[in-house]
Amino acid sequence: MTKQEWKFTTKDIAEKPDLFLSGHRACAGCAPTTVLRLIMKATRGPTIVTQATGCMEVISSIYPYTSWAMPWLHTAFETAAANASGIEAALKALKRKGQLKHEHVDVIAIAGDGGTYDIGLQALSGAVERGHDFLFVLYDNEAYMNTGIQRSGGTPLGAATTTSPAGTVVPGKLEHKKPIAEIMVAHEMPYVATASPYYWRDLIAKARKGLEVEGPAFLHVFAPCPRGWRTEPAKTIEYSRLAVETCVFPLWEAVDGKYSLSIPSMVFARAPEKKKPVTEYLKGQGRFRHLFMPQNKALLETIQRLTDEKWLKLLKKCGEATVSEPASSSS
Amino acid sequence: MSAREKGWKEIAPAGVCSKPSTAFLTGDWKTYTPVRDLEKCTRCLLCVLFCPDGAIRWKPEKSDIEFNYNFCKGCGICANECPTKAIEMKVE
Amino acid sequence: MGSVVKQVRMALSGDEAVAYAVKQSDVDVVAAYPITPQTIIVERFSEYVANGEVPTEFVCTESEHSALTACLAASVTGARAFTATASAGLALMHEMLFVTSGCRAPVVMAIANRALSAPLNIHGDHSDSMAQRDSGWIQLYAENAQEVYDSIIQAFRIAEDTNVLLPVMVGLDGFTLSHTLENVDTLPDDVVKQFIGSRKIPKVLTHEGKMAPFKLDPDNPMTMGPIALPNYYFEFKRQQEEAMKNALSVIKKVNNEYAKISGRSYGNGLIEQYCLEDAEVAAVCLGSTAGTMKTIVDELRAEGVKAGLLRLRTFRPLPVEDLRSALCNVKAVAVMDKCMSFGGNGGPVFHEIRHVLYDADVQPYVVNYIYGLGGRDTSPRELRSIYSDLQRIVAKKRVETPIQYLGLRE
Repeated sequence: MTKQEWKFTTKDIAEKPDLFLSGHRACAGCAPTTVLRLIMKATRGPTIVTQATGCMEVISSIYPYTSWAMPWLHTAFETAAANASGIEAALKALKRKGQLKHEHVDVIAIAGDGGTYDIGLQALSGAVERGHDFLFVLYDNEAYMNTGIQRSGGTPLGAATTTSPAGTVVPGKLEHKKPIAEIMVAHEMPYVATASPYYWRDLIAKARKGLEVEGPAFLHVFAPCPRGWRTEPAKTIEYSRLAVETCVFPLWEAVDGKYSLSIPSMVFARAPEKKKPVTEYLKGQGRFRHLFMPQNKALLETIQRLTDEKWLKLLKKCGEATVSEPASSSS
Repeated sequence: MSAREKGWKEIAPAGVCSKPSTAFLTGDWKTYTPVRDLEKCTRCLLCVLFCPDGAIRWKPEKSDIEFNYNFCKGCGICANECPTKAIEMKVE
Repeated sequence: MGSVVKQVRMALSGDEAVAYAVKQSDVDVVAAYPITPQTIIVERFSEYVANGEVPTEFVCTESEHSALTACLAASVTGARAFTATASAGLALMHEMLFVTSGCRAPVVMAIANRALSAPLNIHGDHSDSMAQRDSGWIQLYAENAQEVYDSIIQAFRIAEDTNVLLPVMVGLDGFTLSHTLENVDTLPDDVVKQFIGSRKIPKVLTHEGKMAPFKLDPDNPMTMGPIALPNYYFEFKRQQEEAMKNALSVIKKVNNEYAKISGRSYGNGLIEQYCLEDAEVAAVCLGSTAGTMKTIVDELRAEGVKAGLLRLRTFRPLPVEDLRSALCNVKAVAVMDKCMSFGGNGGPVFHEIRHVLYDADVQPYVVNYIYGLGGRDTSPRELRSIYSDLQRIVAKKRVETPIQYLGLRE
């Protein structure tokens, strides 16, 4: 694509009116709401948003109040991508009939990890296979937060949730976080990217890229939840930074399947000594507190090892071959 | 807010929402409130971008930011992220 | 237009009749998933698309659940949407049926009525759509392929009526109607298009404080499908019930208007009465069985038996007044159910007819015949025995077996 990249200043973004309105009922310090505000800043014209059941849907649409300044549809939990398919097909039909005033209307489907990794995966996979022109935004708070912090396919290894509690016998979730973004790349779709709200510029640019792409685009956004993660509300954005600095959640994009590392993660590829140990990220999170008990030392080390292995695999895919192994230190 | 809730004949079908959420003030949720040191503040606008509630606005006509305490829930993200530590969370 | 138009007679199966009717109805989006015995609908329609005969956006979704969801989303974006399914596919859509009616989306769906698993059975009975009778959809049942064709066209008018705005499902018996070739008189394209017209979208009050057409439109943003807490949910459901009530008169009106151009009317659109005026014994049934039953009624009448038949065309909304006045003077009524309601003391139609007649001044004997499950063929002789049973009930003034299973091997 020879499209010119959208250049924007901080003031440009700050001055753009919020299309995700204040007065929503999210918890204090909720990252997904910051993510939605920033995503909405990336819109470029007429837009329709559709959403799966989940935290962001419920807090923004308590009848009769709505936080959505653009047309918005919610139907059910697993249906974000199916909604988007129907809306996109309808827009095509209306345009053909000359009933659409606009040259183009962007369609954004938004879902949490529940509505993406698990119950929503079928509809997402189907919609992508059919090539509908829409952007799917996954705000990943790593559990079914809206129903009370139950584990999802996106819950990371070792995390305590209400259905994978850290007990005396089982130390939290024993399964790994499903590599959803890589699954989407395997669909051979035009654009897949990961983002984190601390790196707001990267997030907004990627959201805009996803909208500009013709065909389906998938944006996996890391979105800490102070309530579910048992972290201080004030540190929500800080955790979204630590996740990248420890390479727990690296930032990259895949344009037509070609991987490239994003600038915030590039730092750690070029200067591996700057990569922080995962403990920097895990400590202070109530959901990982049990990992710091002596009996869970091995699990903690596994998490560091797996993080490093995945990071190296990603670097290879991005063509960022490292000369030496990055420093992977335990506490 | 109206004194009486509307009956079934009066509301729009299919739950079409009739009020923007800006009519619902969430500012009374907070325990701590952000207080800004005007001299330390560099107007970097990071707080404007990070606020989950959009409670901090950049006002170009004033060349300054403005806190909307009607929506601020007192989460403290602005204080935590401020590069010059210009914001302090104080008990309301 | 007051006169019947010239029509083209085509040999079509029920499924083909659906596809043809949809082709003529200026449908914007068809999102569907194949399932026996509906497959011919989607296959035939996709041929129309592939040959450029219709400009419809045809979306082959990855499941029925997504098919209905996509139709719902397309419909609330302002497009006319259609889908078709049967049996397990309809069951998979269950959740979304309620959402579709709750969102007041005028989606039209053909159901090639087929038995539900387990065990697996691909043949015709009504268990699939009966299981959805509470979902807020209008339900019409067709007797033959001609009525299937006519009902699909009428369905768009009924659904999109601004006093209704409810989705409509049209049932055609699996294999019996879906796959059997019949003569179908089809209207010209322009006549159908004019009859249905374009969607009239009512205006609603949005959060911006203005009245705007009820659809997803960037020029008039509105929020659809919010969470409604206990202080509001109830009122939305009451609205749907009111729409169902309005549908009774709309279905009749559409039937009569259609009769003017086609020459065909299905009773009053809600029920069809066959030799019922002075009937002493009568049966109530839905769908294609009515065809055979009418022949049996003719035979009985020739023998001097005052037999009659009521074919229930519209099951939802239940035409209470019409049913009551049609049946209250009959002495014994046999309600035929191609569906079980396990543990419910009889089939669903039996329940409804009994409840309708509870308030009648004079109450006939009402008995139930469960038949045809899983596509079990019921012979004319077996069907005739219903009337013999009814005559015995009238003579003895007593019901011995209120619920019988016709054609079941004991």
